[in-house]
Amino acid sequence: MRPLDLDYMLGLVPVLLKYVPLTLAMASVAMVCALALASLMAIVRVTRVPLLDGFTQVFISFFRGTPLLVQLFLFYYGLPQVFSFLTAINGVTAAIMGLTLHFSAYMAESIRAAIIGVDRSQWEASLSVGMTTPQMMRRIILPQAARIAAPTLVNYFVDIIKSTSLAFTLGVTELMGAAQKEAAGSFLYFEAFILVALIYWVIVEALTVVQRQLEARLGKAHAR
Amino acid sequence: MISVKGLTKRFGTNTVLDAIDLEIEAGERVAVIGPSGTGKSTLLRSLNFLEKPDEGLITVGPVRVDAKTASADEQRAIRRQTSFVFQNYALFANKTARDNIAEGLITVRGWDKAKAHARADEILSTIGLTEKADSYPASLSGGQQQRVGIGRAMAADAELMLIDEPTSALDPEWIDEVLQLLKRVADARQTMLIVTHEMQFARDISDRVLFMDGGRIVEQGPPEVMFTKPKDPRTAAFLRKVL
Ligand SMILES: Nc1ncnc2c1ncn2[C@@H]1O[C@H](COP(=O)(O)OP(=O)(O)O)[C@@H](O)[C@H]1O
Ligand SMILES: [Mg+2]
Repeated sequence: MRPLDLDYMLGLVPVLLKYVPLTLAMASVAMVCALALASLMAIVRVTRVPLLDGFTQVFISFFRGTPLLVQLFLFYYGLPQVFSFLTAINGVTAAIMGLTLHFSAYMAESIRAAIIGVDRSQWEASLSVGMTTPQMMRRIILPQAARIAAPTLVNYFVDIIKSTSLAFTLGVTELMGAAQKEAAGSFLYFEAFILVALIYWVIVEALTVVQRQLEARLGKAHAR
Repeated sequence: MISVKGLTKRFGTNTVLDAIDLEIEAGERVAVIGPSGTGKSTLLRSLNFLEKPDEGLITVGPVRVDAKTASADEQRAIRRQTSFVFQNYALFANKTARDNIAEGLITVRGWDKAKAHARADEILSTIGLTEKADSYPASLSGGQQQRVGIGRAMAADAELMLIDEPTSALDPEWIDEVLQLLKRVADARQTMLIVTHEMQFARDISDRVLFMDGGRIVEQGPPEVMFTKPKDPRTAAFLRKVL
């Protein structure tokens, strides 16, 4: 066994930290887009919009049923060969698109379950005052469903953050890509990768703290 | 003026409302009594299109719809003219007492927030819950929740208030405050159709009592007559049981 090169690791910390913003930005954009798309799909499924419902089911089934890495390769390397207008897409955009579509499929299912979990009386009360279905969804049902789904959705955000590391397979130099490059230069693979693992770990732990505070706040507001 | 003609609702092969005809004058307070499972709730819910009736012509104030062909817009028009007070209160769980009352004004009637909140505060004062304006339903007692439910219906300023067993879900200690509030709503000559098992209350506040059985209005008349000398033996039998 050789000793760890701690000096190298310490020197690498600021180098790798520079890539944290890109990782968080990719994850945040993907999360926001996935949330929006997933909410739409959940509503389509719950209210059984003709045609769209069937399409949504196939979409969800495909993106849950195939590996994220395969989807990313398909987007970045595959689709531009078929649709030439996609050749302009860079790795970051392709990764965000892939993450968005992949995770929206999972999130749609948890949001759908949360919507169904909102008490029937809330639907009836909304309709009885004369709200339209979109008004009812936006003002009464979705806010309550969000509380139910929040813990699960934060877990998906954690998943998304970790999955941004796959963007390095599309040639993006994000956190994982940077660590890979550094390691390839120094041959100190263990130091580089244990450090990158630690950085992901700290990010996720910090998020977990935020999650607990958020849940406590939401819980206090309109606890049942 | 409210008019219902041939209102019919079936659940599968079970005919729950059997061609109901009903007219209610503006300002009239009508109590509905009858055994459970006879379609009282379904009657109220059909008038608010919480259940879509299979047949019937419904006229509420300026709105007239044929149940069979009613479009979504027509259903909403009827709903705006028929406010609903639910047995289980059904307050919006994510809204404060004030917002529960203001919600319909903002969303459905397009009032700006300040005006809607001012109106909600007036109503909160009427129902005696000013100090609970910012409380969420979960932190209110059953009686307070139902008073907010009535406040929400008052805000709708609807032609007809539909009230379905407003005290049946309440612990006995809260029944009185809710009945007292409803008495005040009735005294203000709000047109109402109220299902209740509180016979004394029905007698006190109503201009007319309907006795329903098997999806039909079996007998109706002024409370003095209905409660003392009903003509139909089914009414008499029911009243013997509950009085
Ligand atoms: N959503 C429903 N699906 C099927 N049957 C129903 C439904 N709602 C009510 N019913 C039936 O309709 C009948 C009348 O119910 P309801 O109007 O609730 O009676 P009441 O309010 O007089 O007790 C009952 O037999 C009940 O089982
Ligand atoms: Mg009932």
